[in-house]
Amino acid sequence: MISDPHEAEFQALIDSDQRIEPRDWMPDGYRRSLIRQIAQHAHSEIIGMQPEGNWITRAPSLRRKAILMAKVQDEAGHGLYLYCAAETLGVDRAELIDLLHQGRQKYSSIFNYPTLTWADVGAIGWLVDGAAITNQIPLCRCSFGPYARAMVRVCKEESFHQRQGFESLYALSHGTPEQHEMAQDAVNRWWWPSVEMLGPPDTESTHSAQSMAWGIKRFSNDELRQRFVDMVAPQAVVLGLTPPDPELRWNEDRGHYDFGEPDFEELRRVVSGDGPCNRQRAAHHLAAHDEGAWVRAAAAAYAAKHPATSAAA
Amino acid sequence: MVAGAAAVYTLRLADDCLVLSHRLAQWSSRAPTLEDDIALTNVALDLLGQARGLYARTAELDGTGRSEDDYAFMRGEREFVNCLLVEQENGDFATTIARQLLCSTFQLAQWQALTTSTDAQVSAVAAKAVKETSYHRDHATDWTLRLGDGNDESHRRMESALAALWPFTAELFESDAVAREADALGVGPDPAALRPEWQAYVRRVLDDATLVVPESTWTPSGGRQGLHTESFGYMLAEMQHLHRSLPGVTW
Ligand SMILES: [Fe+2]
Ligand SMILES: [Fe+2]
Repeated sequence: MISDPHEAEFQALIDSDQRIEPRDWMPDGYRRSLIRQIAQHAHSEIIGMQPEGNWITRAPSLRRKAILMAKVQDEAGHGLYLYCAAETLGVDRAELIDLLHQGRQKYSSIFNYPTLTWADVGAIGWLVDGAAITNQIPLCRCSFGPYARAMVRVCKEESFHQRQGFESLYALSHGTPEQHEMAQDAVNRWWWPSVEMLGPPDTESTHSAQSMAWGIKRFSNDELRQRFVDMVAPQAVVLGLTPPDPELRWNEDRGHYDFGEPDFEELRRVVSGDGPCNRQRAAHHLAAHDEGAWVRAAAAAYAAKHPATSAAA
Repeated sequence: MVAGAAAVYTLRLADDCLVLSHRLAQWSSRAPTLEDDIALTNVALDLLGQARGLYARTAELDGTGRSEDDYAFMRGEREFVNCLLVEQENGDFATTIARQLLCSTFQLAQWQALTTSTDAQVSAVAAKAVKETSYHRDHATDWTLRLGDGNDESHRRMESALAALWPFTAELFESDAVAREADALGVGPDPAALRPEWQAYVRRVLDDATLVVPESTWTPSGGRQGLHTESFGYMLAEMQHLHRSLPGVTW
């Protein structure tokens, strides 16, 4: 029941699979919903630097160290493009970061788990970047142009991260018994949180219908979860590692893997703030932000004194 | 003639790069802006790449055939021959920027001279490193200007960072038998020769940044002989523990 001519035009663009650009008219709800989603996606990239960054200074070879540093740096880059995409909707990065610090915007709950051994770095690359790709590939066709374009770039790097994570876990799994055990332990801990990364089950997922109508979301959480399991289950076989799900098996009739029910109660607990590292991640980000305040103030003071140089920079 | 001078010389260069890279990598997820988090990691990655290229060459020159990881993870504190400046702790952002200005200006002059090294592998590493390091120096220069000429607090922090680090710059230009031999062989410059260029650039930047060149009578040294500062042992302990805890495995 669309009466507003703007709204009719907007919906027609979406229905014909065209992109909405920042200067186009859009409903307030669409704008609000995108700002929230893109901001939370950006926050996830940034908070996600912490668990893997935890191993940069201890990486066991120079090659792995270089790969890990480059990966964490890519995640910072993803955060940057995403904050820029959100800014095209009329908010600024500083506001969004305040909302993160106030706990009014969230980030992916997966980053509230600790990285306890080196193998966790490989498991994150394989599973967490794998789940991120599953979520993000459909977003490359999202109705909002800047978000869709950011996702195209991000997805290329995420699939690179996933391959590197897989390769790192493969080396451990095919190494000494201690290394194999380290890899298996990491998969035991990261498997279910990664399966839960695709969100609450469809029966409980709020906002999904509206996001689908707006061309922001294209597949339901459960559809994406199935895709993710279908992608990683055969990879686990190649890795020689066993996912901690006794119900995981190929179902010939469905043409998909069957898998067990994730512990959505656990997901709710972590999302609502009581995961193992929620407090630590938030405190780390806030501390770095506060510690950098004098630097940002100095840069602003310099820019005010030297408008020409700063504009050229 | 100093036996193995070329290998010791390239090892010094490599250790400078590795240790500085490690210090900068400690900034990951802690920088004042996202852009600077990315920039500092960029610099750290470039330095790590430079170190790896130089370890590969060192292994040939010293005839041990050691791997890059043997150099990085299997040597003790007394075997590292980096200068003391690169191992100094990050401190606040001003300290890191001051260290970057002092180090990258030195390294850029050094890499420029190394592009004409008679050692083809060293000159190849240098050709790439010159481009990278001129970006490192630009980044450090921009921030030195902004912090020195920013506000009172940033000026004060930059001043104390320079005061703390300046004494360690004397060691950069120390000449010894290894350096003179490397110079005579055409492998690379005697660092003493790089001082005028370094001084001219650093003085000009500090001047533009309204900062004064500190004065110091204390000129600590010893890094080239494996005599380091206390915090370096902790850095190595953290960096090496995992590699050493499962000896000989493939990562
Ligand atoms: Fe990412
Ligand atoms: Fe990633």
